[in-house]
Amino acid sequence: MDREDGRGFPLGQVISHGFLILVALLWLFPFVWMISTALKPNADVFAMPPRVIPTDIQWGNFKAAWNYAPFGRFMLNGLLVAGIGTFLVLLTSSCAAYAFARLDFPGRDNIFVAYLGTLMVPQEVIVVPMFILMKNLGWINSYQALILPWAFTAFGTFLLRQFFLTIPFELEDAALLDGASRFRILWNIMVPLATPALAVLGVFTFINYWNSFLWPLIIVNGQEHATVPLGLNIFMGQYGSQWNYLMAASTISILPSVLLVLATQRYLVEGIALTGLGGH
Amino acid sequence: MTRNVDESTIVAGRLVREGQPAKPRLSRKHREWIAAALFLLPDALGLFVFLGIPMVLSLSMGFFDVSGFGQYTWVGLRNYREMFNDQLFLQSLKASAIYVVVLVPAIYCVGLGLALLVKQRIPFVGIFRGMFFLPYVISLVVIGLVWQFMLVDQLGVVNQLLANVGITGKSWLGDPKFALGTVLFVSVWFLMGYYMIIFLAGLQEIPREFYEAARLDGANSFQTFWGITIPLLKPTSFFVLLISTVTAVAGSQGFDLVYIMTKGGPANSTSLVVFYVYQQAFQYSHYGYAAAMASFLVVTLLILTTLLFIGTKGGRFDFD
Repeated sequence: MDREDGRGFPLGQVISHGFLILVALLWLFPFVWMISTALKPNADVFAMPPRVIPTDIQWGNFKAAWNYAPFGRFMLNGLLVAGIGTFLVLLTSSCAAYAFARLDFPGRDNIFVAYLGTLMVPQEVIVVPMFILMKNLGWINSYQALILPWAFTAFGTFLLRQFFLTIPFELEDAALLDGASRFRILWNIMVPLATPALAVLGVFTFINYWNSFLWPLIIVNGQEHATVPLGLNIFMGQYGSQWNYLMAASTISILPSVLLVLATQRYLVEGIALTGLGGH
Repeated sequence: MTRNVDESTIVAGRLVREGQPAKPRLSRKHREWIAAALFLLPDALGLFVFLGIPMVLSLSMGFFDVSGFGQYTWVGLRNYREMFNDQLFLQSLKASAIYVVVLVPAIYCVGLGLALLVKQRIPFVGIFRGMFFLPYVISLVVIGLVWQFMLVDQLGVVNQLLANVGITGKSWLGDPKFALGTVLFVSVWFLMGYYMIIFLAGLQEIPREFYEAARLDGANSFQTFWGITIPLLKPTSFFVLLISTVTAVAGSQGFDLVYIMTKGGPANSTSLVVFYVYQQAFQYSHYGYAAAMASFLVVTLLILTTLLFIGTKGGRFDFD
């Protein structure tokens, strides 16, 4: 009976630990294979038997892939769209969340329920009318069409409201008595205290923008405004048989989101657990 | 008003302004209303323009024939009637139905399984959690590309490895018998990290005393799982079923993976409704027809989630 938390040396735990390692290795194999292929000459891509560690490492593939299509442009577009979009989401959500969490106004709870109702509308089902709307606004092929339709979310508002509710009133009351404006209170008291929640919301919003494919596919023609997933799709259409270059381009394209997640991993796991944030 | 006056005497009065006549000001209550309106305005206005209008447009466009130049012709229920005579739509409905019916339970089982695996307190468990979560933050275009590459007929690494253990390679994406299953498999792989974390949070909320008591009573791990873990996981289960249903019907992975890996083929076997809506709207410019199908999807989703609420006796999911 000494199985408590790995004290002792029970066989069961060794087996389950071994199983975990096996599953994790299989789980990550696609990424290993992607990077491995990115480093191979094209002739070795389908070599038999398959080799995980390339014999003839071609660092030049990354440069070649980067130059085959305007990847710098795609990355820049992606950073611009995701960066501005994330900023807008954080700004509008924290303002609305503050109103729902702290201010008293008629119909507040009904409005909040209506807000929650919009969470059930997936992006996929409104892209057709959204496209028509963009067409009428003359926004086809523009940055604002990539950014604005998804910059106002009930989700961010909901998440931050829940977080604001856990912050004690005392600090705020003191500031109010000193005559601080509501906006000052939000900016100087609530926002600093809600950094973990804002970080989680920010990271997921950024990644959603960065990875979004259907909407850019619909709203953007050509390369000028293309974001990274769209760029990869263009690249695949042109050099579909150059798997090593395609994999090199893919490896470059996932770097920003992977780095962002690694840097904020601690917050993320907690944040998702707390709120269910990040559902597709 | 009285409250306001009282307050200002307390606040300011004690300091200096004892004798100063109170200026006519908005009451505290009204100032709060104005502040609330200003705080809400940007988000609410944005939601109205970019969600409200498209929703209304979506539901009404289904009754029109919409040309690429923005001309609307009223056609009543024609789009809806056409839908159920359209073999391709019916086929996509079938594909979506299979996709949902397999994906939702698969997510539940694999997600819970992974969560139990990474719940153990063992060294480096955080790294394992991160590894399982990783696919979820990667672009679906990259994921589709990588799997398509690994599943290439005969030469792909999956078939080569299978050949090593004596299994003849299949055309995973080219054979109508397997293609939808392959899309499902990749969807599960992509989505799983998220559900693992949700389940993990649910598991960690179950008090340890329950497990200790069960162990003292001589319960084996099978009994503990069905007697303690599953019943106490009900709120998490409800949340997972709800979100995974929405994800299965209309999640972005459905469209993106199909677009990259199969383009709806072979023989339309992977043409999910979200993909068919895209084709009708943006390849054939049948906007009205596509909107009708999207509306149908929204209503289906509404029915499914309502059934889920009823079936689980009211979804006691606490929003506060």
